[in-house]
Amino acid sequence: MMIIQKNHIRGLASAGKRMDGRKEDDFREIKIETGVIENAEGSAKVSVGKTEIIAGVKMNIGEPFPDRPDEGILMTGAEFSPLASFEFETGPPSEDAIELARVVDRGIRESHMIDNKKLCIAEGEKVWMVFVDIHILNHDGNLLDCAALAAAAALGHAKFPKYDGEKIEFGEKTDKGLPITCKPIAVTLTKVGEKLLTDATFEEEGASDVKLTVTTKDDGNICAIQKSGSGPLAFSEIEKAFEISVRKGKELRKLLE
Amino acid sequence: MNEENKTEEKKPETAEKPQDNAQAKGLLKKEREFVIPGDKIVDTMDYLPGRNCFRKGDSVFATKIGLVGVNGRVVSVIPLNESYIPKAGDMVIGEVVDIQNNGWVVDIKSADTAYLPLSGIREFIDVSKTDLSNYYDIGDAIYAKISLATDNSTQLTMDDSRARKFKDGRILTINPAKVPRIIGKKGSMISIIKSQTGCRISVGQNGLIWIEGGDEELAIKAIGMVEKNSYLEGLTEKVSELLGYKPGEQPAEQAERSKEENVDG
Repeated sequence: MMIIQKNHIRGLASAGKRMDGRKEDDFREIKIETGVIENAEGSAKVSVGKTEIIAGVKMNIGEPFPDRPDEGILMTGAEFSPLASFEFETGPPSEDAIELARVVDRGIRESHMIDNKKLCIAEGEKVWMVFVDIHILNHDGNLLDCAALAAAAALGHAKFPKYDGEKIEFGEKTDKGLPITCKPIAVTLTKVGEKLLTDATFEEEGASDVKLTVTTKDDGNICAIQKSGSGPLAFSEIEKAFEISVRKGKELRKLLE
Repeated sequence: MNEENKTEEKKPETAEKPQDNAQAKGLLKKEREFVIPGDKIVDTMDYLPGRNCFRKGDSVFATKIGLVGVNGRVVSVIPLNESYIPKAGDMVIGEVVDIQNNGWVVDIKSADTAYLPLSGIREFIDVSKTDLSNYYDIGDAIYAKISLATDNSTQLTMDDSRARKFKDGRILTINPAKVPRIIGKKGSMISIIKSQTGCRISVGQNGLIWIEGGDEELAIKAIGMVEKNSYLEGLTEKVSELLGYKPGEQPAEQAERSKEENVDG
């Protein structure tokens, strides 16, 4: 990224301004559309400004892990299509794609969004496996928050396929949804200059060297955090990030209703 | 570069001198009508294909999504959206992304990167004694002229009075298809924006615009408006209104400055 552009963004940030005229803790316009993929058990397309992400949920029956015989299985994967950004290349998942999938997975897992025990059909033999697949359609910054929102929306709207005890009829959905207990919301704070910005654009992320993702539950408790980037964060900044994430998390959660 | 559109459309005209326009028949689309690739625009030999058009048999077809432009007997398609294709003589804004033994690799937001060789610098550099990053370092933004553009290489040169390195300011990105409208006829649009906002502005044909000083916010608003409404007629008047500019009322010092800065832009 051009140095003059970085300096410009940092200069604006220290004056409390942003390129698109937003305040420090403002999000861009968020749109959530559910049920966009017919063949998936649950799906959602979320756009935050120009960033666009689609998430799909598939379910299947499998054997549980030996150490958790009575719990269902959750798997999250992310795909960064080269169409979404000039930064993405074809080939095996990049470091960023793995990080994104893991942070979204951690948010869902550690908040106990899905009651895993209820996914068990026969202990030690049969459990429901839930697969969440995240595809980036367009990249204009803040992929993590957008992906977490898409995953939560897709899981929230997912319905079990018809299952007669032996075979799954994937074409037919039942009315029964996943056992959802809460809605984890990820809010990423990007440090630009000395300021922490929410919902950073692609350019703002380029001018930053560290960001902190905080995932919160419905009751305002923090269930997962992730620091990415090589820059340092002071303890006071982390505390401030927690405060902002809890506050913004409450606002974003209303969009999932 | 201000006459980007004109130079291209003039060439075919001189090849066949325009005769009586009233007699030319066969135009199927109105001027500024929306077309998609493969749309038939003309079905006689009375018109010539211009930019983004081709002739097959007696007819002329569009190759891009855009609006029909008729200039004398030449029909062309003004694209709504475009990626930048380097053309010799264009001024572009680029970012230095790599330094090699005898030059710099510059990202000009095109399909391929461009190369700025040492021969493109106006002074002599002894590579064994000087570090090339003293001239242009990675991450620097430069305003350069395209000296050579072939299918497999694009070369830049700083041998132009407008070429330089940007030390301050900001970069705005717009669609390269809208650059001719930002500049306006003979630079009319850009000089109004410059004089009314007091900004120094350099426009690269690749869709990058450098802005520094003055009322940057207003300049960006004006440029955004031009980009959004580029298909409208009488856009200069609308922008003048936004910027509070009345023709003929330009203060003497501003007129002088915009004249001087037209060299830049």
